[in-house]
Amino acid sequence: MPVVLSTDLIVYFLVLLIIYCAFAVRKEGYLSIAWHQIRTNKLAMVSMFILFLYIGVALLDSIRWRDVVLDSEGRVMHKEDGSVIYSPQALSLLDRLLHDMRVNTEKTFSAPLATHLYVKETIELPDGTRIRDYPPLKYPGTHLLGTDKVGNDVLFSAIKGIRTGIVIGTGTTIIIIPFAILFGVLAGFYGGVVDDIIQYIYTTLSSIPSVLLIVAFMLIFGERGYQGGLITEEDIFFKIFVPNDRLFWLCVIMGITSWTDLCRLLRGETLKLREMDYVQAARAFGVSSLRIIYRHIVPNVMHIVLITFVLQFSGLVLAEAILSYIGIGVGPEMGSWGNMINTARLELSREPIVWWNLFAAFIFMFGLVLPANIFGDAVRDALDPRLRVR
Amino acid sequence: MLAYIIRRVLYAFPIIMGVNLLTTVLFFYVNTPDDMARKILGEKNITQEAIENWKRDRGYDLPVFINTEEKGLAMITQTIFFQKSLPLLWFDFGRSDRNNIDIGREIQKRMWPSLSISLPMFIIGIMANLTFAMLIAFYRGTYLDIWGVVLCVIMMSISTLFYIIGGQYLLGKVLKLFPISGYDTGIYSIKFIILPVIIGVISTMGVGIRFYRTVFLEEINKDYIRTASAKGLSETRVLFKHALKNAMIPVLTNVVVSIPFLFYGSLIMEAFFAIPGLGSFTIDAIQAQDFAIVRSMVYLGSILYIVGLILTDISYTLVDPRIRLE
Repeated sequence: MPVVLSTDLIVYFLVLLIIYCAFAVRKEGYLSIAWHQIRTNKLAMVSMFILFLYIGVALLDSIRWRDVVLDSEGRVMHKEDGSVIYSPQALSLLDRLLHDMRVNTEKTFSAPLATHLYVKETIELPDGTRIRDYPPLKYPGTHLLGTDKVGNDVLFSAIKGIRTGIVIGTGTTIIIIPFAILFGVLAGFYGGVVDDIIQYIYTTLSSIPSVLLIVAFMLIFGERGYQGGLITEEDIFFKIFVPNDRLFWLCVIMGITSWTDLCRLLRGETLKLREMDYVQAARAFGVSSLRIIYRHIVPNVMHIVLITFVLQFSGLVLAEAILSYIGIGVGPEMGSWGNMINTARLELSREPIVWWNLFAAFIFMFGLVLPANIFGDAVRDALDPRLRVR
Repeated sequence: MLAYIIRRVLYAFPIIMGVNLLTTVLFFYVNTPDDMARKILGEKNITQEAIENWKRDRGYDLPVFINTEEKGLAMITQTIFFQKSLPLLWFDFGRSDRNNIDIGREIQKRMWPSLSISLPMFIIGIMANLTFAMLIAFYRGTYLDIWGVVLCVIMMSISTLFYIIGGQYLLGKVLKLFPISGYDTGIYSIKFIILPVIIGVISTMGVGIRFYRTVFLEEINKDYIRTASAKGLSETRVLFKHALKNAMIPVLTNVVVSIPFLFYGSLIMEAFFAIPGLGSFTIDAIQAQDFAIVRSMVYLGSILYIVGLILTDISYTLVDPRIRLE
């Protein structure tokens, strides 16, 4: 039985968007010109490849279904009314592919590729004597990045953090783009009272410290949402859809706080476009305002939207880690690098120190944010004509 | 100028009211006072009477926007919105929900530790960023420039959390140069301030240097710089005398807005270094779900933001005589 979280929709949309862009660059247009420029930049291409890897993992982690519950004899269990009982755990394709990694847990800490636990325990030898020593692992040498305090594979937790990072980095912007275009273009195109009202709204929003707005919003909306882990029947609508997802709310509120910048940029650009000759000509021919906006303004501000989309990505991923660290980010059962850092921080003060948890979070985050920064710069250079001249 | 400032302050008024309206809706409509009472008094074994008492003590038993039980002006004044947001205008923050402490006095007390961290961080940070940015702008096009930018991109790809954790571990625990966290009164606090300042400066360097570098390069490509070089001025003189001065305008837009926020403190830094400033005050309030404090801090933040915007405009006129405020 498939289960779709509202954040899964974001990942699906992102994949569709990438496919759309892949087709769009083949056609004539500014996207294809930009693409030809990006293609000459080797570093940007490598970055893009890494980003696609991350997005691929996120996609695998966003296709999930619930298994039927089998009884001890392997038959499908039914409820009293005859409907099939599904397990409350909706495992994703990624969970199933990495089944061994997920299930093979140890008792507690173990170093990367170790054969023994990191903590001494009293072991009873076959002849009955008891000694304090490091007990052997159940699955020695298989944990590439060791295990954490409760014995889970660190590499697996880090991989599970990928989806959260991608969703926050892209979903936040995807959610706000329609609103930013609508308000930004309306304010710039109509001016006057409409402009005043929209400017008032975004000045008010941006004057509130964003962290506090996020906190207030998450304390109120996020608490009831799905936080990862088991899914209850009440969460599921139409048998497959889970709309109330804490991560989704996080995207919404981070979108609201970062919405103003994009809106302001679009307003400025529309102000410029409004005075362009072709817009004036269209107006002189009696084309309606809405049609001018649709045909002439919106397509010509899309490059700003695209630049913002790529440039905001890395900042949002970094912000998610901080929010999860404060405790208002994603739920503890949903994999996130912020949560990993949060637990790993105290492990540094252990003697001897446990470093692999922090290391894993660092490598995976850095591996996403650095290519995102490089690729974002390349996209901006390619799309922004002002920078292209130089 | 004075008329301009007065007008800006008057313009700020509707924005402040908007912020208050938004926080009131968020904290009293979406999250009702009953919810708050339940969270603070504990979910279980709580009677409706205890909730009502708690609400009455704090004045949360009134209607939110319009009191239909009163007549005339009291219909508006006897409401949560009026009673809770109007005193904010003269900075009367009221008392906190949980421990009943005076928020205003607490803010006054806690802004100084915040300032003691953020002010040196701000000044040293700008100076360091400007210096390095000018250095790589001076050697533009060479390997120093290329690798400098690469290093900046790498530095800005690392989360602040890692800078803090790494810095605390390396400088505090391994090298034992500074205490890892804590605070003290007066002059003794210096040894606690150094580590967060160092880490804070380093963690913003990537973004800062890269930004100032583009600002400088934009300025260097202008005609008057070519003229200055053509008439035989040395490159150092051109860069420091001409480019730096004119590059100050975009720098100011970026910097002045954040000056009022130096009082505000940083949530993450203060939480990690156990500094008793406004940042940790806020974070404690968040974790205790004390909405009165969160509301006050939201208000304070928006005031500081508006002050920052006005200061930015004023600073323009000081550095750029072409700009006049009318």
